[in-house]
Amino acid sequence: MRFAFTDDQIAFRDAVRDLLEGQCTPAHVRAAWTNETGRVPGLWNQLVAMGVVGMLVPATEGGLGLTMVDLVLILEETGRYAVPEPIVETAAFGAPLLGRPDLTIAAAPALVPWADTADILMTNAGRSERADVELLARPSIDGARRVFEIRGAAEPITEGLDQAYARGVCGIAAQLCGLSARMLELTADYVKERKQFGVPVGSFQAVKHHLADARIALEFARPLVYRSAATLEPVDASMGLAKAADTALLTARVALQCHGAIGYTTEYDLHLYMKRAWALARAWGDARAHRNRVANAIL
Amino acid sequence: MDLSFTPAEEAFRADCRAWLEANVPRPPLPSGDTREGFTAHLAWERKLFDVRYAVVSWPREYGGRDASLWEWLIFEEEYYRAGAPQRVTQNGIFLLAPTIFTFGTDEQKRRILPKMAAGEQTWCQGWSEPNAGSDLAGIQSKAVRDDAQGGWRLSGQKTWTTRGAFCTHLFGLFRSDPGAERHRGLTYFLVDLTTPGVTVRGVERLDGDEGFAEVFLDDVFVADTDVLGEPNQGWSVAMATTGSERGLTLRSPGRFLATAQRLIDLARDRGGEDARRDAIVAAYIDAEAYRWQTFWTVTRLVEGASTGPESSMVKVFWSELDVQLHELALELLGPHAELLDGPDAAWMKGYEFALAGPIYAGTNEIQRNVIAERVLGLPRA
Repeated sequence: MRFAFTDDQIAFRDAVRDLLEGQCTPAHVRAAWTNETGRVPGLWNQLVAMGVVGMLVPATEGGLGLTMVDLVLILEETGRYAVPEPIVETAAFGAPLLGRPDLTIAAAPALVPWADTADILMTNAGRSERADVELLARPSIDGARRVFEIRGAAEPITEGLDQAYARGVCGIAAQLCGLSARMLELTADYVKERKQFGVPVGSFQAVKHHLADARIALEFARPLVYRSAATLEPVDASMGLAKAADTALLTARVALQCHGAIGYTTEYDLHLYMKRAWALARAWGDARAHRNRVANAIL
Repeated sequence: MDLSFTPAEEAFRADCRAWLEANVPRPPLPSGDTREGFTAHLAWERKLFDVRYAVVSWPREYGGRDASLWEWLIFEEEYYRAGAPQRVTQNGIFLLAPTIFTFGTDEQKRRILPKMAAGEQTWCQGWSEPNAGSDLAGIQSKAVRDDAQGGWRLSGQKTWTTRGAFCTHLFGLFRSDPGAERHRGLTYFLVDLTTPGVTVRGVERLDGDEGFAEVFLDDVFVADTDVLGEPNQGWSVAMATTGSERGLTLRSPGRFLATAQRLIDLARDRGGEDARRDAIVAAYIDAEAYRWQTFWTVTRLVEGASTGPESSMVKVFWSELDVQLHELALELLGPHAELLDGPDAAWMKGYEFALAGPIYAGTNEIQRNVIAERVLGLPRA
């Protein structure tokens, strides 16, 4: 038993973090809310160049031939930076399913984010070429998530879907962990600085206990998500997402409450991460739906 | 990342499982927190000791089998899976022993550890006092130097001492330098409870068992050889024990996995509406999360890292999970939950026991402060 990442896996994660620290700042995410695509211009190509997008595609097909264990930490980072790109949908779900590192794939059970700038679309109905279907844009609470209903014929996906779905669920869960970590950091930093009654509000026990609860939830969500990256068992993935979704929604709630009114503005950055969490915590099935999957397996 | 156990570890698991299936007492022993139950449990502890299952992770010379942390976790999973008795020696072997391994002299190790492992000496924890609970540094019991006899004279009162009425020995903190400020000037003593001047009074707990005691000390002599660590360094010596108490050594994941599985079995048996089913699965997932978080931590420990304030997160998590698991079982039992007899009565007993978890070993309110201050870096009040 060695339940930990290797130095190489951590180094790869750190390299992606360095990229995102410069190329996916809150200002970049904010700009994606109002630009044409909802994405960060140029970022996808950099992720392709680093090998992240084709990471799980066999080396013989032009990918890196790595595993979900290598990818999961990187996807967690993409959550931390609220990366507005179909990275889980492509790198974890679609690219290894198709064996293609060169396509942009938009995928979701229902509403498909960034479908208009993808090559291939995948939903519960199956796969389609973007050119062959009609896209109906719907506005999302997260302005960077350009989501679409897809109208038109889809070709059923017959092979590898269960494991692809487990990878997708694991990837979404990893992003939710990253978002939780980011919201916690923002809030901890804020309550250390913000003074009321002559002292930092972070010195009040009521504030401490809110944040401790969110931190505890994250501490116990991550291992389930990492475990599911290694096993790729659908039940394990559902356990991870159930815990990660609950963690992210709790953390969003606590983060907003501990910020007070400043967090209730769109000028402040918290909402960028909070709204992504609200969307992702339901996009691939919510916590209760995934617990129901677990219940069907064990009860 | 490698999530498999080695063939040797799997073989160890199979051995443990076979032995436990053949030897776990049926029907279960009476509660170890009663006088008769305690005696019955000591016989069981002796049986464990004889096959080196009492303290698997200790060195062989003290009665263990040099098991790795992984093997220890495997043993614990099998122990609770088999529904084996509670460990009435746990405060000695899981709380005091790690401190003795770290701070004890060779003489202390040889004299104390084998008898502790065999259940011949049983140890209770003497920390809390009437005016020192969560605020442990408020300890007032005194230790006065006795140079003529080469030791110390202890006076004062300890309270909420678990199984204190049945144990032979007490480990505790006493104020040896009244001039030093709170955390300083405390010394860690090992006290034979048959020493003249010691009075022990059992106290009935919430669950009706005499599981608590008050220990009164009136000019009790303790030799220098029964000081653990250096005089006046008791606080830092004791903090090594709180890490164990909050962390994995007191509450191995096997315990909650077994409770979660019993809850799943009960739910299968009794059925119930969807809302309850969802909560039960949530608790089951938390037990799994606890297991994998422990594997995460143990990997780091095996590779040389040490645990820090994360142990406070662990303590809050397992203690609240334990309450949750039992509350759900009581919901399933419905009106029968109140019954003290029958096959399901263990759930109410377990619930009462679980309710102590968020209180002992530092209340969860204190733990949340520690998490906020030492994990998240928030300022002290």
